[in-house]
Amino acid sequence: MPKLTIEELRKKRESSKKSIYLREGKFRGKVTVHMGTCGIAAGAREIMNTFLDEFDNKDIIDIMLTSSGCAGLCSEEPMVTVEMEDSAPVKYGKLTPDKTKKIFNDHIITGNIVEEFVLGIGSERVG
Amino acid sequence: MVEKRRIELMLCAGTGCVAGGAFQIIEGLEKEIAARGLEKEVSVVQTGCNGFCGQGPLMVVIPDNIFYGWLTLDDIPHLVEEHFLKGRPIEKLMFTPPEEKEVLPMLSDIPFFKKQLLVVLRNKGIIDPEKIDDYIARDGYVAIEKVLTSMSPDEVIEEVKISGLRGRGGAGFPTGVKWKIASQQKKTPKYLIANCDEGDPGAYMDRSLIESDPHAVIEGMFIAGYAIGSSEAFIYMRTEYQLAVDRMKTAISQAREYGLLGKDILGSGFDFDIEIREGSGAFVCGEETSLIHSIEGDIPEPRQRPPFPAQEGLWGCPTVINNVETLANVPVIITRGADWYSGIGTETSKGTKIFSLVGKINNTGLIEVPMGINLRDVIYDIGGGIPDGKEFKAVQTGGPSGGCIPADLLDAPIDFESLQKAGSMMGSGGMIVMDEDTCVVDVSKFFIQFTNDESCGKCVACRDGSEALLEVLTRITNGEGREGDVEFLEELGETIKDASMCGLGQTLPNPVLSTLRYFRDEYEAHIKEKRCPALVCRNLIQYYIDPDKCIGCLKCLKNCPANAILGELKYVHIIDQDKCTKCGQCLEECPPKVSAVIKVTGNDMDDLKQLSEIIPVPKKKKKKKTE
Repeated sequence: MPKLTIEELRKKRESSKKSIYLREGKFRGKVTVHMGTCGIAAGAREIMNTFLDEFDNKDIIDIMLTSSGCAGLCSEEPMVTVEMEDSAPVKYGKLTPDKTKKIFNDHIITGNIVEEFVLGIGSERVG
Repeated sequence: MVEKRRIELMLCAGTGCVAGGAFQIIEGLEKEIAARGLEKEVSVVQTGCNGFCGQGPLMVVIPDNIFYGWLTLDDIPHLVEEHFLKGRPIEKLMFTPPEEKEVLPMLSDIPFFKKQLLVVLRNKGIIDPEKIDDYIARDGYVAIEKVLTSMSPDEVIEEVKISGLRGRGGAGFPTGVKWKIASQQKKTPKYLIANCDEGDPGAYMDRSLIESDPHAVIEGMFIAGYAIGSSEAFIYMRTEYQLAVDRMKTAISQAREYGLLGKDILGSGFDFDIEIREGSGAFVCGEETSLIHSIEGDIPEPRQRPPFPAQEGLWGCPTVINNVETLANVPVIITRGADWYSGIGTETSKGTKIFSLVGKINNTGLIEVPMGINLRDVIYDIGGGIPDGKEFKAVQTGGPSGGCIPADLLDAPIDFESLQKAGSMMGSGGMIVMDEDTCVVDVSKFFIQFTNDESCGKCVACRDGSEALLEVLTRITNGEGREGDVEFLEELGETIKDASMCGLGQTLPNPVLSTLRYFRDEYEAHIKEKRCPALVCRNLIQYYIDPDKCIGCLKCLKNCPANAILGELKYVHIIDQDKCTKCGQCLEECPPKVSAVIKVTGNDMDDLKQLSEIIPVPKKKKKKKTE
């Protein structure tokens, strides 16, 4: 490693910020793959991998990718919930890797909900 | 391209958690994560001390911010499957405050963390201390950039002066003023020394700082060196702090690799480098002139000041010695500005202070709080109060050089002046909490024993004075106190303060003087009534079995290591006071429902009904079923 100049130190800082981004806790959206036993059996693992690859390819770091348990609609698995900043959560069901890619490109990148795969918009009420 | 990770597990790898098995947990987690094919999306990060040491080994799950404590290897498979794969956090491993039922899942919910303000420890638990890139990502080395490109050494000194930063090693001397004195000296070369010789019992602030963020200290040292015109620096660390020494070595070599230490740093023409010096753990080496002698290879004894080290220090050259915590404040002052910094704290004490909170307290750990916070907030809100519903008695701040502060001063703000006024001192930041079961005379004896051991022997007042204090305190706790002892302790204490050359001697009577000030009646009780009110001093107490309560279960009898208990099954037990070593085992063994074993002291001992021989346990009168 050659000695750094001020310019190089600044560049290094910018790139390093990305690698610890998760720890800063600032996200503009959240993608939840439902990974209960039903979800995993229906192929949730593959959906998660697809998301991971897509996030990698597009170098997107400011959206949280997480898993959660069964959402209660086992027949619609694999399911995903996409929550973008300032908008209601959207649930998608019966996903495949191809559908997942479309959701990633249209909803997460561009901001357009993919109506054809939507199960529901908004959260269930806790009463 | 940055690889997308879903989850980062911030595993505390400070000394406490490492001793609790953190490295094995890290290994176990990595294995389990790989076995489930999650290694691409879940990664384990080792961090420095998280602070909540009483819960270790511990981790924080990012981005959920969930806090797990008391981890064991057995928890790992379930945890990985349930939480990291299926997204269902495990309640069993979360923190529940003592005497409460509801778990607090997130770190941000836990009161221990809520009232803290992290300035010096801004990176704790967030960065891997062995990765310079992590530090750089958190705006590390921005301050170096700033001083090299836009500030003259005098401007740096001025900024630190305005910030109000004072030395965190104990005495609280204004840092900027010290730097100014050194910078004005004609003689060269000049040296900078970072003092990480932490010797107080129960204190581990400096060690944890280095273990969690060594680059912050390096950056602070660089700025100090730049300000005073020194290109050679030393960091003096205890050799027993192996983890801290190793992390510092790693950090220095990484900084050299990047050209942040060495020649012509960032093309500025300024040279600066750091050498580690390991001291072998003599308390007096924390005193600056002794420390200098130690680096020079001489016997670590203090010398008379002036001249102060800033005028004539290492090898006779101007030398600034700053505590590592002081130095870790400097990069923040430079990047965020003196005005921002001086907005924290009180009129005379600016910024924050790190304390190690130990003793009879629910939440043991390392904390950073703004100056001016009161002791009550620290002990009850952050510390979670005293365990087992006991009463708070006093808190010892400043270790063996400090004094104890009683309950009625709990609302006093924590700053340099008010602690001094209370007869204690800030010290380096040890905070030992005592409950009602602590005998202040016994505690004073403990501290004097420590300073008596550690006195270098150069000054008569300290060497023989501590010996005499110890002798009298030992006599008092043995029940051989005499009329006039209290006055003698006071007079001798003041004399030692006046006649000792260095800080060790000047402060060693503080534990005795402060307890005399606030708990004089306890000394009097020991001396006049041969009574230890806290029931601690062995020669003044007796264990006794209440014949009206004993059920003759043999538990205490079987477990008494001195075979001092007489009795048979269903016969009332008696303690043979001549054989009893007062270990207290019988008190532990007696079932809580029975509670027949009690401790007594003073006159109470004479009033007890003593049985001369064992008698059968009296049959209980049956309650009448009907009126």
